[in-house]
Amino acid sequence: MTPNESTPTAVGTPTAFLDVRDLRVHFPTDDGLVRAVDGVSFTVDRGETLGIVGESGSGKSVTSLAIMGLNRGRGPVHTSGEVWLDGEELIGASAESVRRLRGKKMAMIFQDPLTAMHPHYTVGHQIIEAYRIHNPVSKAVARKHAIDMLGRVGIPRPERRVDDYPHQFSGGMRQRAMIAMALSCDPELLIADEPTTALDVTVQAQILDLMRNLQEEFNSALIIITHDLGVVAELADRIMVMYAGRCIEYGTAVDVFERPEHPYTWGLLGSVPRLDRATTARLIPIQGTPPSLIQLPSGCSFHPRCPYEPRTNGRSRTQMPELVAVSGTHQVRCHLPVAERRSIWEKEIRAKLAGGEAS
Amino acid sequence: MRRRTAVPAVAVGVTLGMVLAACGGGSDEGGDNQSGKAEAKQNAAVGQIFKPSTKKGGTIRYANADDFDSVDPGDTYYGYAWDFARYYCRSLTMFDTKPGDEGNKIVPDLAESLGTPSDGGKTWTYKLRSGVKFEDGTPITSKDVKYAVERSLDKSVLKNGPTYFNDLLDLQGYPGAFKDPSPDKLGLKAIETPDDQTIVFHLKEAFGGFDYIAMLPATCPVPRDKDTGSKYKEHVVSSGPYMFDTYEAGKSFSLKRNPNWDPATDPHRAALPDRIEMQLHVNANDIDNRLMSGDLDVDVQSIGVQAATQAQILNDPNLAKNTDNPTLARTWFAAINPDVAPLDNIDCRKAVLYAADHDGYLRAFGGSVGGELPTSLLPPSIPGWQDIDLYNFKEHKTGDPEAAKQSLQACGQPNGFSTNLAYRSDRPTEKAAAEALQASLAKVGIKATLKGYPSGDYFALYAGKPSYAKSNNLGIMLHGWGADWPDGYGFLSQLVDSRTIRESGGNYNLTVKDPEIDKLLDEARTKTSIEAQQPFWAQIDKKVMEDATILPGVWAKVLLYRPTRLTNVYVNEGLGGYYDFVQLGVQE
Amino acid sequence: MFRYIIRRLLASVLLLVIISMITFAIFFLVPRLAGATSDDLAARYASRAADAAQVHALSERLGLDQPIWVQYGKFVKTLVAGADYDTGTGTDHCSAPCLGYSFVTQNPVGPELLDRLPVTASLAAGACVLWLLGGVATGVMSALRKGSVFDRAAMGTALAGVSLPIFFTGLVTLSVFSYSLGWTAPGGSYTPLTQNPAQWAYDLLLPWICLAFLYAAAYARLTRSGMLETMGEDFIRTARAKGLPERTVVVKHALRSTLTPITTIFGLDLGLLLGGAVLTESTFSLPGIGKYAVDAINAHDLPKILGVVLVATIFIILANLIVDVLYAVIDPRVRLS
Repeated sequence: MTPNESTPTAVGTPTAFLDVRDLRVHFPTDDGLVRAVDGVSFTVDRGETLGIVGESGSGKSVTSLAIMGLNRGRGPVHTSGEVWLDGEELIGASAESVRRLRGKKMAMIFQDPLTAMHPHYTVGHQIIEAYRIHNPVSKAVARKHAIDMLGRVGIPRPERRVDDYPHQFSGGMRQRAMIAMALSCDPELLIADEPTTALDVTVQAQILDLMRNLQEEFNSALIIITHDLGVVAELADRIMVMYAGRCIEYGTAVDVFERPEHPYTWGLLGSVPRLDRATTARLIPIQGTPPSLIQLPSGCSFHPRCPYEPRTNGRSRTQMPELVAVSGTHQVRCHLPVAERRSIWEKEIRAKLAGGEAS
Repeated sequence: MRRRTAVPAVAVGVTLGMVLAACGGGSDEGGDNQSGKAEAKQNAAVGQIFKPSTKKGGTIRYANADDFDSVDPGDTYYGYAWDFARYYCRSLTMFDTKPGDEGNKIVPDLAESLGTPSDGGKTWTYKLRSGVKFEDGTPITSKDVKYAVERSLDKSVLKNGPTYFNDLLDLQGYPGAFKDPSPDKLGLKAIETPDDQTIVFHLKEAFGGFDYIAMLPATCPVPRDKDTGSKYKEHVVSSGPYMFDTYEAGKSFSLKRNPNWDPATDPHRAALPDRIEMQLHVNANDIDNRLMSGDLDVDVQSIGVQAATQAQILNDPNLAKNTDNPTLARTWFAAINPDVAPLDNIDCRKAVLYAADHDGYLRAFGGSVGGELPTSLLPPSIPGWQDIDLYNFKEHKTGDPEAAKQSLQACGQPNGFSTNLAYRSDRPTEKAAAEALQASLAKVGIKATLKGYPSGDYFALYAGKPSYAKSNNLGIMLHGWGADWPDGYGFLSQLVDSRTIRESGGNYNLTVKDPEIDKLLDEARTKTSIEAQQPFWAQIDKKVMEDATILPGVWAKVLLYRPTRLTNVYVNEGLGGYYDFVQLGVQE
Repeated sequence: MFRYIIRRLLASVLLLVIISMITFAIFFLVPRLAGATSDDLAARYASRAADAAQVHALSERLGLDQPIWVQYGKFVKTLVAGADYDTGTGTDHCSAPCLGYSFVTQNPVGPELLDRLPVTASLAAGACVLWLLGGVATGVMSALRKGSVFDRAAMGTALAGVSLPIFFTGLVTLSVFSYSLGWTAPGGSYTPLTQNPAQWAYDLLLPWICLAFLYAAAYARLTRSGMLETMGEDFIRTARAKGLPERTVVVKHALRSTLTPITTIFGLDLGLLLGGAVLTESTFSLPGIGKYAVDAINAHDLPKILGVVLVATIFIILANLIVDVLYAVIDPRVRLS
């Protein structure tokens, strides 16, 4: 049985700190309409961490940019839906009011700190700038704050390093500096877009630790965007898996790691290199490539790559599956019957992932 | 004197013309009546005075597209500079300040009368007027004239001027004033100064036209204690109605009235403006624009209106009425080289003369505005000129292929021959003439290959160097010559005297080597009066045409723009087609 | 940094020596190849009526009869120790650094160059302010309003500016604005700054505008493409993410980064311009170094040519050096080696 009712989009005043409802971001281009984000809904509370996972082109970054209002004025874009931040709706708000929130109430850190920071200004200058735009204080006070922040993110000798340029930091230190900059105004929402992708594996862990500690300290809501499930395994309270601009699985970390129900999620889990598996074991890649966001496949966007597509009797090819709750916290968008999905998971996938030989 | 030839203008042409047409030309006539009704029309200042005036005052503004070779009267060879020098220096004689043929006559200036020849024309004596002073009040004596000539003999320090005194005086090895061993620097025996008012010149040989030589600015007196040699031009001491006020080398200079000039001693100069201002190195196109808009009064070089604006001015009656088109003592021509076979045969040379398209040559130089169709070498403005048309150019304006072919038969080249045609590549008019000539010669089988050379070294290294011309087969070489002064000797002496040809290059006589012509020149020189010399010039002209070593191309004219602000303006024929600068006035 | 500058300056001296040698070589060897003797060369400066003996005497006076290395040695000695010049009635002394005396006018070259330098400098200074402000501002606006009417109009005008030669725009604007309308000064007007600043600016207004138009066009295009590229950089997104107002993002972040290469180009352009804005000076009859150079070349006046070449080279060398140092100052990632 396949419950066809879609989970209704929440109505009425939001209760969560961040409440995203049916967010759509479309870009009209000469080649056609790019549906980067096509109806995404989720919530994040303060103190909570959401992991948004997906391949490149899944729409995860565009989602976060839409929350920050960074898509506005960047050429033609159609944004619809609602983004409620602490009771204030952002999509319909003026650009100026959203700008005032950026850096202050919500902040973002980016993938490559070397290109994401201005090469000609010192790190201290950039942090001071971020601070003074929202807090009218003197330069001296702001500088002290910057040194303080650098210390809190674990940079040694911050009073010296505050006058260094970004290129004078190592990769990990640089990312810490960017985090310091993002947190300088005490934002209640922090979005981290691929925060560790550009870093060594050993440094990755440190940064993730840092982020967790800071979240606890500031009690902020944290969104981590990544293509790597391993990154969110430790940190995320809940995980949303995106594919082709839509959410295809949404649930707690336990839901997604212990009882994933979408073939794409299974594929993602299989492609995570794990230390507890035999090194000779091959990764299980997902065959095929992500679809064009202009010409999405008919029906289920994932069907061309789905090994279980034949089991849907052609419905995947014609009908877009709805996002359906399978438990109080867990939602999945798939035509395969629930029971069948669970059975596939238990019998076929889980074993493979637990250290057996790859087929 | 040498008239600067038109430097080819940048081809701004059509667009500039359109803009200028849209803006209209200079200001229209209004309030121009000084004395009598002065109706502007073309050539109003040729042959008569336009807007005659005696009204003094105002500042007259000159511009020069380049720079003077020098304002030092002993160091200059440009015709316009000699014209301009009459503002601040007085030579022994001068061309009369009158329009028309009167301007061709020599009258006494610093001297009280023309020279007195003696010793068969080998000695010439002048008496200076009394009461003439330098700008500081010092009286001018004959010693000042002697010193002036002596210093001009040094062609190393004062390198620019003509060499007539070097050639004519009996120097006996005199090294010039600067190396003169005598303490008063007056050691030249060839010039005597028996008293302060008398000066006597001793020549090597008799020379009838010495009054022309006495007209040279080199005879403008120079006070020895104020002479600074190569730096004298920074402040030339005036003997004329104006003196130098400011002088910025290479940029500008100005003159103001000389308080010690006594008009009673100077019957020839009007000296109307109070001030004269000269700007140097002004863009040539800009000069034209400023003349027409009234921001400038005189283009001192008098090159004439630039090609870019000529058509536009002539087609607009409002502008055309402010133009003058005087004839110059200048001929453009092609020299035919008897050193290059088969042009060593006179009939082959005649073939070139017959075949040439005279109309095409003239059109290349601007048509009827640029000049007249010539039939011989000597231009008609030279006194003594006679109409000589040995090859019937007037009847066969575009050439006479029949006669040419007959000549080719006679010289043994019935099917024509090949030769090289040299011209100055940076002069578009010359290039156009070369092409016209080439085309007309081709009709009779004479294949002329064009060879362009830079004008800077044309005479020093190429056409003017006999060995180069011969080894490079330069059978025809385009040339142009203006008289230093409109007199047969001034025109012909450096052009057709075979003895001036030197192997080292720098020749202006490229092709005329006829001992009979040399003899005629010598004979003319000995005549003791200018009038007695005049019949010789036509004879020499005829002989040159008989020798067929010169193909005349154009008897040159120049198109001058006459700003409406000028009064008392006319062309001085003696000076060679320039406005008589020292007579000009300006109305406010 | 200091050592770097010293090393560059020493290399510059060597460069000046080499360039002066090359100038000498071109001046003398090229006519030699055509078969000219030193007397032929001297004939250029002599009266056209001078005979062989007089030309030879002039050749001796100008030193042209000496071998090239002797003449070059004299040039160096004159430069370093000064020289005496025989004026006929006495000697004129020119103290070091002395650039000799003109073959054509016999005036000392050094003072003439010094006199003309302010003209070229004035022309360059005014024009560069105009073209920087105009060009960069236009380029920024075009980039921010990419595809708009303003952008298209601005880039179209820029294309005209880059394509139209200055002797055209100069003569046309002179004709219209100076002579027909009388709004601007006629050609050849120049008043020194120290004499009358207001007049100085008025006289140079039209040449400034024409020259600036030429460069502004190029800089507008450069700035536009640079801005478009920079605005797509990651740090711009970060700046916005910090909540900076757009104007701050454009000016302090984008422009700062875009201007870095433009600054270096500007330095080089300015250096070249100080060596003589030849066409502008000729068109507007301004007595600057460029016009001086053209006239000297036309007249084959070696001392003047050498003087200009040296001065122009010094400016270009200095401009290059300043630009390199400036780049290191502006962009902390650059290290001078």
